[in-house]
Amino acid sequence: MIKIENVTKKYGAYTAVDDVSFVAQPGRVTGFLGPNGAGKSTTMRMMVGLTLPDRGTATIGGLRYADIPNPGRHVGVLLDASAQHAGRTGREVLVLGAQLMGLPITRVDEMLELVGLNGSEGKRRVRNYSLGMRQRLGIAHALLGDPSVLILDEPANGLDPAGIRWMRGLLAHFAGKGGTVLLSSHLLHEVEMIADDMILIGRGKIVAQGTKEELLRGKGSFVKGLDPAALTAALQRAGIAATPYEDGLRAEAETVDIGRAAAAAGVVLTELRGADGAGLEDLFLQLTADDQRDVLTEGAKA
Amino acid sequence: MTATTTAPTGQLSFAENPRVSLSTLVKVELRKMVDTRAGFWLLGITAALVVIANIVALIIFAAQDVTDAQYGTFITITSYVSSIFLPILGIMLITQEWGQRTGMVTFTLEPHRDRVILSKALAGLVLSLGCIVLGLVVGLIMNLLYGALQGPIGWDIGIEYIGGFVLSQAIAMLAGFALAALFLNTAAAIVIYFVYTLVLPGIFELLANLMSGFAHVRPWIDFQSAQSPLGDASMSGSDWGHLLVSGLIWLVLPLVIGLTRIMRAEVK
Repeated sequence: MIKIENVTKKYGAYTAVDDVSFVAQPGRVTGFLGPNGAGKSTTMRMMVGLTLPDRGTATIGGLRYADIPNPGRHVGVLLDASAQHAGRTGREVLVLGAQLMGLPITRVDEMLELVGLNGSEGKRRVRNYSLGMRQRLGIAHALLGDPSVLILDEPANGLDPAGIRWMRGLLAHFAGKGGTVLLSSHLLHEVEMIADDMILIGRGKIVAQGTKEELLRGKGSFVKGLDPAALTAALQRAGIAATPYEDGLRAEAETVDIGRAAAAAGVVLTELRGADGAGLEDLFLQLTADDQRDVLTEGAKA
Repeated sequence: MTATTTAPTGQLSFAENPRVSLSTLVKVELRKMVDTRAGFWLLGITAALVVIANIVALIIFAAQDVTDAQYGTFITITSYVSSIFLPILGIMLITQEWGQRTGMVTFTLEPHRDRVILSKALAGLVLSLGCIVLGLVVGLIMNLLYGALQGPIGWDIGIEYIGGFVLSQAIAMLAGFALAALFLNTAAAIVIYFVYTLVLPGIFELLANLMSGFAHVRPWIDFQSAQSPLGDASMSGSDWGHLLVSGLIWLVLPLVIGLTRIMRAEVK
């Protein structure tokens, strides 16, 4: 279990992480979601002692990271896949880790195989690796010590869709055995695919947290009719609040009630569904809108 | 690409696992010095140049009928060569973690940064010792060859001489190490090191000639000249005092400032 309590980190006048508290539970994959520069990486660095917080504490399994003896055996960490010596081979990077953690060398080849780096790829220098291969090597390094906790910063970055699916399986399996996984991303769909729990961060502050279901639920429905004006009127008569959304309406009601209202008014619907994924995307954009570096123009979603 | 082989094999409880031993850390640091091209070639070239310089000296001694060469002469030659390369070794031990950003991994696997730095210093001393042993062995062989070619051989070498050789090599490595800890940058550390070993003594000499007062201060701040009695095993009581004080300024001070920074700095 990872527990962050009231952690704050300032750089001069700039507050990178502002009174952040959350828990990543064992047996679950926790997604740490936020736009670039929201404070995800700084928070993760503070968990493993690479950055010292100004206030607050971070513990893993009840201990400060520095108090965990041979921490690589408990906590698998991947903070930056490119932070490896370009002149070492992928295999050598793992051999160094295994030697330090006191692991048998056989573990190195097991991990290379696990992440899909074959024999000749393992013997190549990291300089010649693609970002996707570096991520796989980083994941292999994180898993090397057979840890019970994983801390991964943007692990899906650079992986192709098949790679992301593979990682989802790997992490779900890891969590299924009781492991704790915390992974960060600035891409909603990645976290949505992989995580059980979600923590949304913007401008150094936690803006929402909960299970993925909780965050997805209660965001209404999406409805589209042949005659938009008649549909709007029908929903108004039924007392359902609706706002234009893309080429249809976002309505604050269950799909069944919207269907009834439309049927009663004789309005033909061309589309009616729960606002599931789109709802979360809106939530993400809305919660982090102030922190976006790009100005969002109407209709230019994500 | 299967997700089924990560099953934990008897996971350890967080507190009961023994911490990484210092000897393991040193072993890993030694490996890190030979598993990259830069480190491998630095060590290889150092060893090769020690051998070559000794052979060249032997040829010159034989060709020019030098009659007063002996074991100590060959060791002095090794000492010249290695005192150029050992500081670079000391610098690389530190700066590779910053230049290639591997520090993120190193300081995550061993969060006690003082232990990492200590293990690096020890690895540097082990490699310096390797260089010293190489120098002693090569010198021995050269002296025997010299005896065969030229004769008679001199073995007049005291324990103070060997001790001075060992100490000066260790100081050379640690001087680079200390500057690297201060600057955390290979180029800056190398430039500053050679400025202070090659340029500064000349400036000190000039100042001492211009100002009589400075001539009294100079022995206490000139680390290079303080080390020269080590080379010919002529250390007196005041020489040790000079070495200690100038060593505090040029070796201990940058190391302490550098370490203080490394202990608290954000590793990115």
